[in-house]
Amino acid sequence: MTDTLLPARIETSQDEGATRLALHGAFSLVILTPLVRDLTRAVASGAVTIDLTAVSRLDSSAAWAICIAEKDAISNGQSFQITGLSEESKTLLGAIKKALPQPDTAHPKPLRLSDRLENVGRTIAASGQFLLELLGYLGLFIDRMFRSIRHPSTFRFTALVHHCTEVGVKAVPIVALMSFLIGVVLAFQGSTQLRQFGAEVYVVDLIAISVLRELGILLTAIIVAGRTASAFTAAIGSMKMREEIDAMRTLGIDVAGALFVPRILALLLMLPILGLIANISGLVGGGLMSWIDLGISPGMFQTRLIENTGIWHLLIGMIKAPFFALIIGIVGCHAGMQVGSNAESLGQKTSASVVTAIFAVIVTDAIFSIFFAQVGV
Amino acid sequence: MTETEKEIVIRIRGLHNQFGHHVVHQDLDLDVYRGEVLGVVGGSGTGKSVLLRSICGLQTPKAGEIDVLGTNVLTASDDERSRLERRWGVMFQDGALFSSLNTRENIEVPMRDIVGLDPILRAQMADLKIALTGLPYLAGDKFPSELSGGMRKRAGLARALALDPEILFLDEPTAGLDPIGAAEFDILIRQLSKSMGLTVFLVTHDLDTLHATCDRIAVLAEKKVLVTGTMKQMLDVEHPWVFEYFHGPRARAAMDAIPAKKAD
Repeated sequence: MTDTLLPARIETSQDEGATRLALHGAFSLVILTPLVRDLTRAVASGAVTIDLTAVSRLDSSAAWAICIAEKDAISNGQSFQITGLSEESKTLLGAIKKALPQPDTAHPKPLRLSDRLENVGRTIAASGQFLLELLGYLGLFIDRMFRSIRHPSTFRFTALVHHCTEVGVKAVPIVALMSFLIGVVLAFQGSTQLRQFGAEVYVVDLIAISVLRELGILLTAIIVAGRTASAFTAAIGSMKMREEIDAMRTLGIDVAGALFVPRILALLLMLPILGLIANISGLVGGGLMSWIDLGISPGMFQTRLIENTGIWHLLIGMIKAPFFALIIGIVGCHAGMQVGSNAESLGQKTSASVVTAIFAVIVTDAIFSIFFAQVGV
Repeated sequence: MTETEKEIVIRIRGLHNQFGHHVVHQDLDLDVYRGEVLGVVGGSGTGKSVLLRSICGLQTPKAGEIDVLGTNVLTASDDERSRLERRWGVMFQDGALFSSLNTRENIEVPMRDIVGLDPILRAQMADLKIALTGLPYLAGDKFPSELSGGMRKRAGLARALALDPEILFLDEPTAGLDPIGAAEFDILIRQLSKSMGLTVFLVTHDLDTLHATCDRIAVLAEKKVLVTGTMKQMLDVEHPWVFEYFHGPRARAAMDAIPAKKAD
């Protein structure tokens, strides 16, 4: 069947007042555009005869073009003849004719101003709804916590330990490294600026305050949001997708108690510890860089750190940790429960949960900053 | 049967597939003739899908030869391969539609490579394929996630047919469909293979599909194609698995349901 690969050709001739189109070779999508053009031109000029004798292969696109031309010619009251039709082509033409797409008339109407306003309103209402839902999840978590206290036997201790490992222990290297590098950067940048005033020694205060108060816990929370919120969403979401959640419900297992409590509680326990590790390693990084770059010895760094940095700086940083943990955990679990039945929504929700968690963490941090500034600590 | 006179479009010789120590195929031979609908059956884990993937070049076998339309799939150059890929279409189990494109755009994907094809004509061709596979006209604007399982399969079939292939590969075409939807799909495959002159290679579990659509059946067992032949010939095979498969309660039900109108 090598002739199926012959290039297609269209020969046009005038014959007793009718346009005669002789098709040669294998017809496929490659020649569809010229075929449609020739057919339209021929139909526009009057009666048409199509000779398919020399066609080695007629594909559905060519058959479609012929069917459409025939339909046009018939609606114009012209004659349209097809000759040399092979048995296979006849079946194909028949099948195409039956399937000819019926153009539909219902087009989406353009957006008007009121529609746009409605969309804005709906989006705002949806955001409010979203916040309410998150609040609902917080309530659910607290309720299940109390229930666990009243009935300690229902608490899933193994799951808690497992999630503590996943959320906390496994995050230690990345958190420590990141914080160490931030300390190095602060020391380096701070020293260049402070040297202009001969105030290099204040680099210790700079590092201590910025790491303990803000950066240590904030950056830890951001990393944990990226690591853990996505992991929560993906794990719960894929259970949702495969109807495991529904199965749990029908088996009488409390979904919130079984899935949310161990995860969020693990975060609550682990995030302050991670924050503390971040603080220490940030100070170590800063101290090391101060030693190398400014010649501030570790002993001097330690003395200045203890003398000049109040305990409040550390406490302010640590106070934020449980709030961040709750936000990350609740956003992650909530997004997981929103996953639909297809894999696409799993991906969407996972990335949405990370973005929401990081955004919420930063907003909360800003609110805390304003609050502490107002309170004066 | 004048099988020697028929043109062989897929020729497999000595195929050997292995995952780790697990041998899936050993010395597997199979011929597929032009214009026929071949159904490949076999128990779970006998490598039906692996066979299909090997022919389509998605899986490189350890040894053996696979010729499709006169081209050796395993040694073909990139050019030869892409020319060959335009002459076959593959429908995956759940359609494998691109989730970011709507149905019409999905079907247009293979047509985008064709130089000189007008975009409007391309969309019309996609609509034609949508109609040919029995999808409602409005399905073109829908995204895969908005389609039901059966519609997704039809859309996957429409995409496989986008370039009017000579060979159509179907992986479990009726799996997961309700009996009515599956029966309609069987009829559709039969009709399309007739009207478009397709050679169909289908992997299935479904006895009804075998009855309703297949000209010939190949049974995979013991790491090779144990036997090929028509449904009638299958009934006389004495191999225990084949006997159980074609004489089990489900097989009898399927045979009773469809009167012997296969002689078309």
